[in-house]
Amino acid sequence: MDIENKILEGSPRHLARAISMVENNSPQKEEIIDALYPKTGNALIIGVTGSPGSGKSTLVDKILKNELKKDQKIGVIAVDPSSPFSGGALLGDRIRMQKHSGNPNIFIRSMASRGHLGGISAATSDVTKLLDAAGYNLIIIETIGVGQTEVEIIELADIILLTMAPGMGDDIQAMKAGIMEIGDVFVVNKKDKDGADKVKKELDYVLDIKYHDNPENKNPIKMVSALNNEGIEELMNSVYNYINKLKKQGKWEDKRKTKIKKELKKIFSKKIHELMDIHINYTEKLDDWVKLLMNKEEKPYSLINKELKSFIKESEIL
Amino acid sequence: MSDKKIRILIGKPGLDGHDRGAKYIARALKDAGYEVIYTGLRQTPQSIVNTAIQEDVDFVGLSLLSGAHNSLFPKIVELLKENDAEDIIVFGGGVIPEDDIPNLKKQGVEEIFTPGTPIKDVVDFIESKREKVGK
Ligand SMILES: Nc1nc2c(ncn2[C@@H]2O[C@H](COP(=O)(O)OP(=O)(O)OP(=O)(O)O)[C@@H](O)[C@H]2O)c(=O)[nH]1
Ligand SMILES: [Mg+2]
Repeated sequence: MDIENKILEGSPRHLARAISMVENNSPQKEEIIDALYPKTGNALIIGVTGSPGSGKSTLVDKILKNELKKDQKIGVIAVDPSSPFSGGALLGDRIRMQKHSGNPNIFIRSMASRGHLGGISAATSDVTKLLDAAGYNLIIIETIGVGQTEVEIIELADIILLTMAPGMGDDIQAMKAGIMEIGDVFVVNKKDKDGADKVKKELDYVLDIKYHDNPENKNPIKMVSALNNEGIEELMNSVYNYINKLKKQGKWEDKRKTKIKKELKKIFSKKIHELMDIHINYTEKLDDWVKLLMNKEEKPYSLINKELKSFIKESEIL
Repeated sequence: MSDKKIRILIGKPGLDGHDRGAKYIARALKDAGYEVIYTGLRQTPQSIVNTAIQEDVDFVGLSLLSGAHNSLFPKIVELLKENDAEDIIVFGGGVIPEDDIPNLKKQGVEEIFTPGTPIKDVVDFIESKREKVGK
């Protein structure tokens, strides 16, 4: 219980320790998260995503600067990919935010994806809970630069800033449908550079078509220069307006409900997997099964059904 | 397989404006399988220590070319202690005269790597502490 109390008291050392425990899947993980869960739900969680080099970290740095004026405690989770070869990672997002590292109201944590594919790491969701319980009322998650399927951030964030920039292959034509869908507020960064207007125009065009019948729901598009700290205040205003609109429409609560639902599903199926692996030992048996199927001594569905039946029987005995 | 990963902060205190060495070591340690955070140039001891704590690293590697190692390295060790983080292992690298090394070690810098040290020596050093840091 000690570590939970220290986190609630605001000890960065204990918070950082707990984050590692969650990240490392340590045996205390579930206890810590559940003990702190009643204290969560107060933070606004903003996801920042977009192609590599579009300026996400620089933007987060400037959002920090802007939001600090409002007496907030802000937590940042910055995710970078782990190397599939060495398992190591160079966590580089932080460099751009480093001038805030002396500020007691800011807590920045770099996380490696550790083989997880959704643009975040498997532990990111639990880490937001720790920050939330520790009193960080704004949490910003920077994802790995998005390819096309790295959209898991929608399951974590209340609102997503999709960052684009000229000269990054970010013309709309090149964009896969999926990634366009996840943005709540679109940020055209590097407006100081040629081509930013064109990115904005294309975006406008696509969204105008999409929201032809209900233009009031069209997503905001904001042009900023993160590098020069321009347009950040306007961007944040439109973020908060967007949130208020969702709240008025009753969509905010739905969003949070969906989040919890997805999370429960995830925990449930993970647990089932673990159970099965313990009782059926299927990772080990797999090679034997392959042999049986190769020799046509077994058929796929009947084999698996048989194993499942015996699993259920056994677990009833337990 | 344990889920635990050794995490290392490469910090660059002091005023010198070159970080090729720091970046090189950061990349090499990544290739050796560690999670590495690099602070960027011109960090104060306090910001390095805050970063080490927030990132919950096992090691802080300090890189310095400016010659201020005799004051900056021990300062960082001291600040870690003040923040209940004395279990974080500090090592240093850069242009550091042989004569200064014993004194730095006495003040809590565990190891000093002078220019030209093969990466393997650094990795061996880290591996020799794996148990101590609980990974
Ligand atoms: N001209 C210009 N350059 C910018 C702007 N914002 C960021 N950059 C530059 O773009 C490059 C990438 O910026 P980052 O903030 O690291 O981008 P990122 O999206 O976080 O990159 P990854 O995390 O590697 O995907 C850096 O060289 C920045 O200085 C801007 O508004 N204008
Ligand atoms: Mg980044």
